[in-house]
Amino acid sequence: MACETIVEDSIDILVVGGGLGGSGAAWEARFWGQDKKIVVAEKANIDRSGAVAQGLYAINCYMGTRWGENNPEDHVRYARIDLMGMVREDLLFDMARHVDSTVHQFEDWGLPIMKNPKTGNYLREGRWQIMIHGESYKPIVAEAAKKSADKIYNRICVTHLLLDDAKDNRIAGAVGFNVRTGNYHVFKSKTVVVAAGGASNIFKPRSVGEGAGRVWYAPWSSGSAYGLMINAGAKMTQMENRIVLARFKDGYGPVGAYFLHLKTYTQNCNGEEYESKWFPELQKMVGKEYLDPELSHRTHRPIPTCLRNHAIINEVNAGRGPIHMVTMKAFQDPHLEEVGWENFLGMTVGQAVLWAATDVDPKSENPELTTSEPYVMGSHATGAGGWASGPEDISPPEYFWGYNRMMTIEGLFGAGDAVGGTPHAFSSGSFTEGRLAAKAACKYIDDGKAEGIRINDQQVQDRKEEIFAPMERYKIYRNEIVAGTVSPSYINPKQGLDRLQKLMDEYCGGVTVSYMTNEKLLNIGLKKLKIMEEDLESIAAKDIHELLRAWELKHRHRTAECVTQHTLFRKETRWPGYYYRGDAMKLDDKNWHVLTVSRRDPETGEYTMEKAPCYHLVGDEEEKAAKKKAPAKKRA
Amino acid sequence: MPTFVYMTSCDGCGHCVDICPSDIMHIDPTYRRAYNIEPDMCWECYSCVKACPQNAIDARGYADFAPLGHSVRVRRDEEKGTISWRVKFRNGTEKNFLSPITTKPWGTGYPELKDEPAPSNEMRDSQHLYSEPKYIRMDDGDVHTLESNKLKMKLGVYY
Repeated sequence: MACETIVEDSIDILVVGGGLGGSGAAWEARFWGQDKKIVVAEKANIDRSGAVAQGLYAINCYMGTRWGENNPEDHVRYARIDLMGMVREDLLFDMARHVDSTVHQFEDWGLPIMKNPKTGNYLREGRWQIMIHGESYKPIVAEAAKKSADKIYNRICVTHLLLDDAKDNRIAGAVGFNVRTGNYHVFKSKTVVVAAGGASNIFKPRSVGEGAGRVWYAPWSSGSAYGLMINAGAKMTQMENRIVLARFKDGYGPVGAYFLHLKTYTQNCNGEEYESKWFPELQKMVGKEYLDPELSHRTHRPIPTCLRNHAIINEVNAGRGPIHMVTMKAFQDPHLEEVGWENFLGMTVGQAVLWAATDVDPKSENPELTTSEPYVMGSHATGAGGWASGPEDISPPEYFWGYNRMMTIEGLFGAGDAVGGTPHAFSSGSFTEGRLAAKAACKYIDDGKAEGIRINDQQVQDRKEEIFAPMERYKIYRNEIVAGTVSPSYINPKQGLDRLQKLMDEYCGGVTVSYMTNEKLLNIGLKKLKIMEEDLESIAAKDIHELLRAWELKHRHRTAECVTQHTLFRKETRWPGYYYRGDAMKLDDKNWHVLTVSRRDPETGEYTMEKAPCYHLVGDEEEKAAKKKAPAKKRA
Repeated sequence: MPTFVYMTSCDGCGHCVDICPSDIMHIDPTYRRAYNIEPDMCWECYSCVKACPQNAIDARGYADFAPLGHSVRVRRDEEKGTISWRVKFRNGTEKNFLSPITTKPWGTGYPELKDEPAPSNEMRDSQHLYSEPKYIRMDDGDVHTLESNKLKMKLGVYY
């Protein structure tokens, strides 16, 4: 195949990935860098890319400071307890204090936000969520990015970050290929904002065959945020903090609006409330600090999401499944019924398709719930990602090295799923992080930190050969066999993905083992991942589309390896319901009230693991006040 | 499938190929019409269905759990700023929904950032983003700091 090499030179800010995080970066960069060259490289088409491609029915992170509803520290307290005490509070506070301005901009751009008819405020779904008619959320946000950037390259799969040859540990751009033309793209840039996606599909999905794509998080989210950064030698944090979602069975329809706005609730096969039954035992595992139903009741502090999963998982394992969502009562109200359906049509059409196909009308039948396979991401109720610097006015020294959202590689910034320790950012928070990263990147350039970058031709040429190697391999070996996909000399990307999912599921705590793993299993998993890495050198792609899948798999594999390393390092079960370490079932605050940080040496492939302090910048005044007001009653 | 293309309606315009986030809508070289080359990497996001000018693309539930005989159709109209859905159950029940997709004529609500007055050095050094602090509280309140919110940092913990 004759492919051209296209070099885009003199870029100031290269944004990798045009989802909510990348769009935020592209938009904001233009204000702080009016003379700067801003380029976006997007794997799909920015109008419908990222996790919000099909829409969202809620903005899940909005303070409402304007209406006197919440302050940033309230959100930090909430996210901290939901993540069992483990967040980067500086990054969270920073995101929360800016996120409202992002949402107010969205409204100006035409996003239909629902209003509470009584108060005139945005209509709340829950304390942090507001409801929107969000089918066109992504196209509306993409329009802003398109208006700001000098150039948007659609259909470029970015495979590697480029490092500077003049100065160690400094970014110099990125390379990738066009999935339609096969052209090799070289982006020479002073800074890079990684806003690519987290990882779906690294664990075996519940569905099989054709349905394998009906996962909760977009199947095109291939862990590139992590694959790119880990391979370049950036430090990562919280990669063990994978997420498992409670969702409507098979369709993965969201439950947030149902629980919070429609006031539906769950029950087991006998029609009983089951959740609280599991709490006394669970409290022995995690301690009263993290599970105190009475205190939660008084402070409106929710029970952590993972612990609620724990109850579902155990109830089902005890033989009292399926878990049902009780929708029949709420859906008798035609308005609530409409909200329930539009909630799917606006963000998870597949759930509506499934109910239509199986004649499940939630008005006359309570639908089933289940827990999903695990996902690795940094923006939902989980905080995997890169180890990033915080803002200068908040961050303690260990969290601060000069530029907000800059990773441990100079000039490399992150947003959305790429940033570790900032869960509960969701769409609006990811966009906000993009804005923060873009402003900091402009400052980095203006401070002269990106002077004298040099990229030698060898680096560019080596990457090119590496990127297209799977197509070369196919060309050489395809005639060794008569036909079909079984070859002694190569595997194809689908076969590789099947292997990755099977080994992660069985050794790293997926669905088929009830999210359970231990040190022995993890070590076997690591060994198999290492051998798989060798086989990834023998992956073959018959066309450019398969080449895209091959590189997605390589990013997924690297993400999976990092997840396994982190899970092995943290010798405790910090998030029961997301995963369990069978050999260390108890939450161990004494030894593990810390953030985990890893770095993979790009030369040797070895991982170095360390603990970093977990700073609490925000006190727990809210809880203290609630305790004071309503002292716990003695039980008879 | 989950998305599939009706042979008689598709004219091979490629709008679906252009928009598909998963790169799975391709033009068949023999028939010159679009089709889904990799159903198991399809999310049923309906981006292609909404983009098709011929209404030639549809979806059916995944074969591993969804029986035949249902449909969920959509029409998205950027000019009117609406989207309408028709859900047909296997048993014939039908439900229709209509929602707004924007409150403004498409693409008009955005300021030109390159024409905004250049930010001062003071703004660059502050914690403000574009349009802040006004856009946070829609008043004169400034961004929050630990100090302004009367917060004190507690010590970190190493073990």
